[in-house]
Amino acid sequence: MTEWMNLLIGVAMALNLLALGSGRLPTIIGAMSIQGVALGVMPLVLGEYPDWRVMLVAVATVAGKGLLIPALLRRAMRAAHIDREVEPLIGFVPSLLLGAGGTIAAVALARLLPLLPEHSGSLLVPGSLASVLTGFVLLIGRTKAISQVCGYLILENGIYLFGLLLIHSTPLLVEAGILLDVTVGVFIIGIIVDRIQRAFDSLDTRKLTTLRE
Amino acid sequence: MKDLLLIIVPIAGAGVAACWPDNRSRPWLLPVVAAVHCVLSFWLLISPPEVSPRAWLGFDALARAVLPAVSLLFLVCAVYGVSYLQVRKERPNRVFVACLLAVLGILSAGHQARHLGLLWIATEAVTLAAVPLLHFNATPRAFEATWKYLLVGGTGIALSLLGSFCLGYASLHGGGTGDLTFTALTAQGASLSRPWLLIAWVLLLVGYGTKMGLAPMHTWKPDAYGEAPGIVGAVLAGGVTTVAFTAILRVRAVVSAAGQAAIADRTLLAIGLFSMLVAALMLLGTRDFKRMLAYSSVEHMGILSVGAALGGAGVWAALFHVWANGLTKGALFMSAGNIRRAAGGRTMDEVRGMSTLTPYSAGIFVAGMFAVTALPPFGPFFSELRVVRAAFESSHGLAAAMFLGCLLLAFFGLTRLVFAIVDGRPRTASRSIGKRFPETVGVILPPLTLLGLSLWLGLATPTVLHDAWSAVVTQFHPGK
Repeated sequence: MTEWMNLLIGVAMALNLLALGSGRLPTIIGAMSIQGVALGVMPLVLGEYPDWRVMLVAVATVAGKGLLIPALLRRAMRAAHIDREVEPLIGFVPSLLLGAGGTIAAVALARLLPLLPEHSGSLLVPGSLASVLTGFVLLIGRTKAISQVCGYLILENGIYLFGLLLIHSTPLLVEAGILLDVTVGVFIIGIIVDRIQRAFDSLDTRKLTTLRE
Repeated sequence: MKDLLLIIVPIAGAGVAACWPDNRSRPWLLPVVAAVHCVLSFWLLISPPEVSPRAWLGFDALARAVLPAVSLLFLVCAVYGVSYLQVRKERPNRVFVACLLAVLGILSAGHQARHLGLLWIATEAVTLAAVPLLHFNATPRAFEATWKYLLVGGTGIALSLLGSFCLGYASLHGGGTGDLTFTALTAQGASLSRPWLLIAWVLLLVGYGTKMGLAPMHTWKPDAYGEAPGIVGAVLAGGVTTVAFTAILRVRAVVSAAGQAAIADRTLLAIGLFSMLVAALMLLGTRDFKRMLAYSSVEHMGILSVGAALGGAGVWAALFHVWANGLTKGALFMSAGNIRRAAGGRTMDEVRGMSTLTPYSAGIFVAGMFAVTALPPFGPFFSELRVVRAAFESSHGLAAAMFLGCLLLAFFGLTRLVFAIVDGRPRTASRSIGKRFPETVGVILPPLTLLGLSLWLGLATPTVLHDAWSAVVTQFHPGK
């Protein structure tokens, strides 16, 4: 069980690095989609006998993170007629170095934290921390609204990974509420991306500088 | 049952507003629902219900101490909203009215949430429900403000979820069964895993601190308050931020039960004083009077954070300040909205001489400015005095000195800007715009009422409020 789980987390971490190093938006969105499916499969691998609540989380994650959100992002990209190049504030090589350094730091940090015996061999905590860090690098280091949304998604994925530690102990309400909010949040962000395009005719957040001291 | 009605009535009202066909009569739903909500919350304030310790939702001591203030502020905002939406007839208000009522319902849920996950869901929902409100004017500037609000607020809310998970894991590691009600977490106390608890505290403080607008996570605030309609600013500053503040108080109680109160208080004090300092310096520099209100709000969130760090007397003063600041700030937001409309500008370079164009609003604006900078006998003077007293009593003399220094700087900043706008001769452009937006009773009476309430809170604080605040202190600081 743990081997399969760690393999999936490893795939997710590799996709983080791909998102950091890629210069094309469709590649990043594709990576998001595969990562979403990998995250959705994880709850099924995690437990011995997945009950219906865990199944629900898995199905909702694959549908939301794996299919719906990437489709929305692609649609927003087409609707906005933006070119597909990513314009980085932090260059690709420095981003990759930050991501790789962050991943190593996450593994080292996770060793210091006390874990329950059943989680001790798992990569969940380092994977989660590394994804959160990757998300921040993309949020800060990319100028286009859609790549910032991708950064936010990776951040959310990292938090989801951490939530898997608690999936058998926290009640359904928390899980369902989280998924709903994540989806709705990105949905609204998508609408706003659309509107920003109409207002500015570009998706460059560097132009959002009217409001400052 | 009444505690659930506080949530159901506004949400149902939002549903009705979404289906209501007529754009002109729809805004009247706001005061109707708000009045029902206000009656219910004050009824519960006077005769508090029994809350079962295992309940996920309930009108407990903390909700009783804070929620009526939010309800009262919302009622006055709703009355103002009717006149405001009449002035802005050209904009469809279906989404605006529905979302404003939904915000009230979700705020009531957030204040009454006694479960870590439920509290997070309410905070996330209120963040999303406020998006269309900020975007009401649909200008490019409003787009920009909404984008920044969502990106910064969304990141903050994501971090607070990670913090909630860490707190859940701390409980699980300490032998907990996955019960995430605050009662259960507090009862677990010292058996919570210390490293996970401290990580959770930092993440939750950063996350909910972003919603509250504590520096350095305050960057969304000036943009959002500067571009949103005045009532939205008032509801955000007096309602949404207080949910985040009560969330921090609830989490602090868990950290304190685990024996780490000293660390929690030190971080709260540091972040509070830093917010006050940043806000005071920005107040000295800003030229836009709606952004000025945002920095003033950052300053007052800093005061709440400092109060929460100073033990029982400090928490009491902070709860007093939630009432005093919320009501006074509401008067400022509304009168600033009136001035902004009539002047057709928002900075001290474009606007002057408003005391001749909008004499009543300018008068309320000046009086509100003095009230919010703690002029006696308004409410904020007494609440801030109690924070200072709590600081000296708990031998935080240096913190008290910094606190007073920041208040002084903020006073300089506020007076500089307010008098630049009010005094002098109005510009010719403003004269013609001002005629289109006359000062009607509907836009003067609500801010005047709030100013009166602030005065009443300072001169004659009702005993029932004293009791409500003391009940929170006995719950969160037992033995003092």
